[in-house]
Amino acid sequence: MKLTREDVLHVAELAHLELSAAEVEMYRGQLESILTYIEKLNQLDTTTVEPLAQVLTATSVENPSLREDSAAACGMADTLLEIAPDPGPPYFRVPKVIDR
Amino acid sequence: MTSKSPFPSPGEKWTAAAIRSGLESRKFSARELTKEFLTRVEARNAELNAFLTLSPERAYAQADRIDSLLASGQPLPPLAAVPLAVKDVISTRGLRSTCGSRILENYVPPYDATAVDRLERAGAIVLGKTNCDEFAMGSSNENSAYGPVRNPLFLDRVPGGSSGGSAAAVAAGLAVAALGTDTGGSIRQPGSFCGIPAMMPTYGRVSRYGLIAFASSLDRIGPFAITVRDLASILAVIAGRDANDSTSVNLPVPDYSAELDRPVNGLRVGVPSQYLGPGMHPEVRTKIEAGIHLLERLGCRRVDVQMPHTEYAIGAYYIVATAEASSNLARYDGVRYGLRVPGENLLDMYKKTRGRGFGPEVKRRIMLGTYALSSGYYEAYYLKAQKVRTLIAGDFIEAFSNVDAIVTPTSPVPAFRLGERTADPLQMYLADIYTVTGSLAGVPGISVPCGKTSEGPPAVASAHVGLPAVASAQAGLPVGLQILGPHFQEGLILRLAHAFEKAGGADL
Repeated sequence: MKLTREDVLHVAELAHLELSAAEVEMYRGQLESILTYIEKLNQLDTTTVEPLAQVLTATSVENPSLREDSAAACGMADTLLEIAPDPGPPYFRVPKVIDR
Repeated sequence: MTSKSPFPSPGEKWTAAAIRSGLESRKFSARELTKEFLTRVEARNAELNAFLTLSPERAYAQADRIDSLLASGQPLPPLAAVPLAVKDVISTRGLRSTCGSRILENYVPPYDATAVDRLERAGAIVLGKTNCDEFAMGSSNENSAYGPVRNPLFLDRVPGGSSGGSAAAVAAGLAVAALGTDTGGSIRQPGSFCGIPAMMPTYGRVSRYGLIAFASSLDRIGPFAITVRDLASILAVIAGRDANDSTSVNLPVPDYSAELDRPVNGLRVGVPSQYLGPGMHPEVRTKIEAGIHLLERLGCRRVDVQMPHTEYAIGAYYIVATAEASSNLARYDGVRYGLRVPGENLLDMYKKTRGRGFGPEVKRRIMLGTYALSSGYYEAYYLKAQKVRTLIAGDFIEAFSNVDAIVTPTSPVPAFRLGERTADPLQMYLADIYTVTGSLAGVPGISVPCGKTSEGPPAVASAHVGLPAVASAQAGLPVGLQILGPHFQEGLILRLAHAFEKAGGADL
């Protein structure tokens, strides 16, 4: 698996991570070797295998019960705003998104 | 001439039962006990770096509640005054929870994790929060933004990870029990490296409410203690359905302590040849073989089993776990909590906050997970890994049709030196081979001490008076035997681990 510098920058953009030039080069090499190792999975034919997202469905144990979809007050909105980096109750303030 | 300490003497083991009897016989009060443990932490934490934040006020308030129950002759709760350390990825109301990350350096959760809440209701005393790999990502505790934890048995070695601070705190006698979290081995492996029993319950057995998420389909909360019996007592308290975690299962919680005393005679113990292959430290192999012989002497029957997809587990695990992490960690954007680094615009603020707030391993895993989920690669990586996960879970279902439990080494190597393995992340990942399979399959697992290697100097004796010898005085690096069971068979693997411990497994 070959990765270019551009591949790394593209992924960093998707992940919203600012990386230094040194980090880009380091991750390029490291991700390349990890992804090469992971190619090992292609030795397995999985065309007829279902993907597993919840381990307990694969067992005899009944699927975990789901609760009623009913709304309840969390009662901690004020506390949550207090720990925010830039609270403007009842909102979180962020840099301007839309230029007029 | 100093007066005799009222606490268990060196060589005697600290347990919930010893504490209860000390309280009931008025040898010490809960407050005195709490003071003793906080003093120990102060004496040794500069050296070990096991705790990130202490909570003396909370601890003394809880101790006073226990003492007033005692004074008024009321019955004590099951874990009365048990000094407890809590991994810093587990939320504690009003008590800083950093996840070992700069991005949450000043984060104070407004609520308690269900597991913490249940333990405090059962009488446990929260001493503080323990160091860990950042967001529980690591196998050595060297990925913490607050510096590595040192292994209390050998100060130049790692305690394992990611729950290294919790394991080190218990092994050093700074707490009697601890909570950790296990996503790919993060409870079992540090338990093994520090020479104490450690348990990962079945996925869904313990509520994850308040566990700050790394990989939601794999993350589990579980205990460290000095004895297997205390693992059972803690599990009994934290297990069970919680409406705040829809994946917690509504199954009755057995009396785990009662299960411990049932015989192990006749149990079929599976040994997968795939787990005893090349790459294992020769002395780990010797000790694990000795451990299996000990189980046979206890009346268990050794059965060879095949787990043919084991060699694909690391690849599947590091895709599934990092994909989920990339999604879960998207929430750290500088808007609602944690660090904010100002930027020219909103997107720039996100990128700078995340670029500076996360450490190298967390960024590496976010990058890997984002890549695996990105357009054009999703099927080749994430979907493929989920299908391989089905095959690995199938290996367990097949094996458990013939055996009651599976035994393996917990780690292919004993505790390594600080800095020895940080240069190559892939090599660090590969050492998780014996623990990630059980993580992917959702089954429960215990690591129980299984002898020590011959290498390494004897443990440095602490100058602090009254420190109990948690690990035996014998020199050498601890080896851990991993016991895996079918879903929700915690009682059975606790029973095996208890019998193994009682028969001298730690001194093989």
